[in-house]
Amino acid sequence: MSTDATPAPGGAPAGPAGGGGATVGARLTETLREGGPLVPVITVLLAFLAGGVVVALTGHDPLATYKAVFEGSGLNWLLPWVTGEDRDVAATNLQQTLIITAPLILVSLAVGYAFRAGLFNIGGTGQYIAGSVIAVWIGSTMAGLPGWLHIVLAMVGATLAGAVWGGISGGLRATTGANEVITTIMLNYIARWVAIFLFGLGGPLQNSAQPDVPVSNDVVNDAKLPVFWGDPELQGLHIGIFVALAAAVVYWVLLNRSKKGFEARAVGFNPEAARYSGIAVGKTYFLVMATCGALAGLAGSLDVLGWQFRIATNDVQATELGFLGIAVALLGRNRAFGTCVAALLFGALLSGTSVRNLDPSVFPPELAQNLTRIIQGLVVLIVSADVLIAMVFKRVRRRREGAPVGAAPAEVTV
Amino acid sequence: MATDTPSAGEAAELALELRGITKIYGSLAANDAVDFDLRKGEIHALLGENGAGKSTLMNVVYGMARPDAGEIRIFGEPATIRSPRDAMAHGIGMVFQHFMLIPVMTVAENLVLGVSVGMQQRIEILRALDRGAGIIVLDEPTAVLTPQEAAELEGVLRRLRDEGTAIVFITHKLHEVLEVADRVTVLRRGKSVGTVPTEGASEASLARLMVGRDVVLQIDKPAAKPGPVALEVQDLHVFDDRHLEAVKGISLEVRRGEIVAIAGVDGNGQAELIDAITGLRHPESGHVVVDGRDITGCNPREARDAGVCHIAQDRHRRGLVLDFTIAENLALRDYGEGAKMGLLSPGRMLAKAKQLIEQFDIRGGTPDTPARSLSGGNQQKCVVAREIAGDPNVMIAAQPTRGLDVGAIEFVHRRLLAERDGGKAVLLFSLELEEVRALADRILVIYEGRIVAELPPTATDEQLGLLMTGGSAEAPAP
Repeated sequence: MSTDATPAPGGAPAGPAGGGGATVGARLTETLREGGPLVPVITVLLAFLAGGVVVALTGHDPLATYKAVFEGSGLNWLLPWVTGEDRDVAATNLQQTLIITAPLILVSLAVGYAFRAGLFNIGGTGQYIAGSVIAVWIGSTMAGLPGWLHIVLAMVGATLAGAVWGGISGGLRATTGANEVITTIMLNYIARWVAIFLFGLGGPLQNSAQPDVPVSNDVVNDAKLPVFWGDPELQGLHIGIFVALAAAVVYWVLLNRSKKGFEARAVGFNPEAARYSGIAVGKTYFLVMATCGALAGLAGSLDVLGWQFRIATNDVQATELGFLGIAVALLGRNRAFGTCVAALLFGALLSGTSVRNLDPSVFPPELAQNLTRIIQGLVVLIVSADVLIAMVFKRVRRRREGAPVGAAPAEVTV
Repeated sequence: MATDTPSAGEAAELALELRGITKIYGSLAANDAVDFDLRKGEIHALLGENGAGKSTLMNVVYGMARPDAGEIRIFGEPATIRSPRDAMAHGIGMVFQHFMLIPVMTVAENLVLGVSVGMQQRIEILRALDRGAGIIVLDEPTAVLTPQEAAELEGVLRRLRDEGTAIVFITHKLHEVLEVADRVTVLRRGKSVGTVPTEGASEASLARLMVGRDVVLQIDKPAAKPGPVALEVQDLHVFDDRHLEAVKGISLEVRRGEIVAIAGVDGNGQAELIDAITGLRHPESGHVVVDGRDITGCNPREARDAGVCHIAQDRHRRGLVLDFTIAENLALRDYGEGAKMGLLSPGRMLAKAKQLIEQFDIRGGTPDTPARSLSGGNQQKCVVAREIAGDPNVMIAAQPTRGLDVGAIEFVHRRLLAERDGGKAVLLFSLELEEVRALADRILVIYEGRIVAELPPTATDEQLGLLMTGGSAEAPAP
């Protein structure tokens, strides 16, 4: 009477209570709801294992390759026995890793917050580009402003631009019911081609000094983010990582302690019950997507003001940050801390397999970059099949616990 | 506790035999050494409160849960059932509480199909028979049926029984047990407290077995003292999701201190009427007036602020966010209170949750427990607690006891009466005529979007039934 023992034992379908989401986002939210850090860790190990098999198939040594990737990421700086020149190299590499990690945290939070509200934000890329464009526009004009004001202005502008870009999808979902998966993908294309138009040859924001190069003007020196670790001339680590970590804290508070986050979670779990209890579901969709866009837009400003200082049309074409964010958010289970850790992992992978960092004698860097992609793809695949892992787990555990007890009936037989 | 054990001669006739079934979830024994046997050509009711272990026992039989101990024999042979597939191979068919047939489809597909719940159930039973099931398990099959549909189902079951099918009928409705079953096994807190033939049993005797104490089945109701009108609906027209007129000019009044029940067969405009009153749906025309204030066309939050609360019909889909904790669910309407700069006040939420858990006797969890893991009765207590805690002037209660056991029904009924006596206006929507008669001070019968009659609570089943199905209102008065 006190507790009902019947609900869904062993993942058995014990009724409609699960409210199996109708949208991809809702279903993924449900999948990601439970479980501690164990499943993500296993997911990563499996992905690395499969990646290792690929390396072995190309005739190289997987262990040596992973060791080289590890060292290339600079994470060996954390090991106390790495000293002398090795330590200096490691420090430089780690700075590069963290430079990538910062925007990755932000775009991943942009995916994660949407997931929590039952939405699937594939538009991280477009929102990031929207932010970058505004950041480079503000950063490269208005010379003479005090540096801090210029930086804040560029960041706020980028954040707002991202919010608008994300908000469009949320607003369309709220008013017309248009699926955010479709609209965010479309808005990615629009952002990309608008940026290419702006910075392309003859474009309105193309570099005024180099009419032959499809690139933006440079961010003025005062608007560049200060470097606090390493040589500013050699792309040392800028303060963007702190901005990203602060955003992760804000994300946690927003999700778990704010009215808007409460509404977002309620809508994510059960939009119908949320509506019945007076939460404006459409408005929540809009606000959530705008918030996601804001995070991704801010990410764009970190890259522009932190190390790129200009946008070339081929950068715009090549950016994959938004998609990487999906893998990171999935791995980090849409939680603030988990996302930071997962972003560091992918930041390290990207940096460790880059042409500059990886020793070509161990593994050709051109192939190594594909290794990152393989692992990224596998993570998405495995996390999406996370139900599968959970199921396997349960079965194994049940078999282990069940076997001795299962033998019991003989004694009970009448 | 007259356990009638089959003699050796009868044993061969047993379709299903469970011995010492034990299933433990965490620290809770959902089934504790339960014995159960089912004869061929018998309808055997499995009776118990929510959480007594009825569904668990049948999940064991159907291979959805593995017993920690115990033995299953099917048609005399020991059987190991690892999955529903095994169960089917052994000739066991199961019709689930919330049927598995339709929910896999979308609501839209459901609408297109327009299949009634009763029809779905018959399809499920046919599917089971088609797979060669000699044993059919029905998990609370009438929880979502109208009285007529339930009667039809009972007829189908009797025919199947007479043809030799063995049927397990899980329920917590006493009158159904007496009407349809040959024998009944009563479970209480995971243990079997006895198997008795229904002949000679009474609702009172079964209720005592089930709850372990005497239960007041009919609550004493002091006469209503109606005050001023609190809810007024004027010539309301409401369209449904298919843009068909579902509410066709309904007018009604509910005074403070009275319970007005809307009786009717499901799908006669009740849902749309509720939606229009609670702000979930915009009426085409007409007015909804609460305490003299016109709230027509407001949103759900404005309706609530105007003093309308709503115990939603489906607690899983609408009443609760199952993945939220009890505290979060209890705060679902007023999480914004005490918030500063948009931040929640977890301390206030927790304090309120503790108070409501205590006050409404919500068992089976702490404020941090997900609502999903509560029993149906305790989930409904959460909904009722939350809605009453808002201190409404008008309570809309839509099937507030659907799927609840007698203990919980008694609780909800008492709360509704207490609200009435506290000067609230209560508008009750129910498909259960017993409930309507037990609670209502006035009964309005709804048929095809119109109120076709107003009757006193002394109205008979025949009168109500006739009116509910579109019959003439000139039934002979008692």
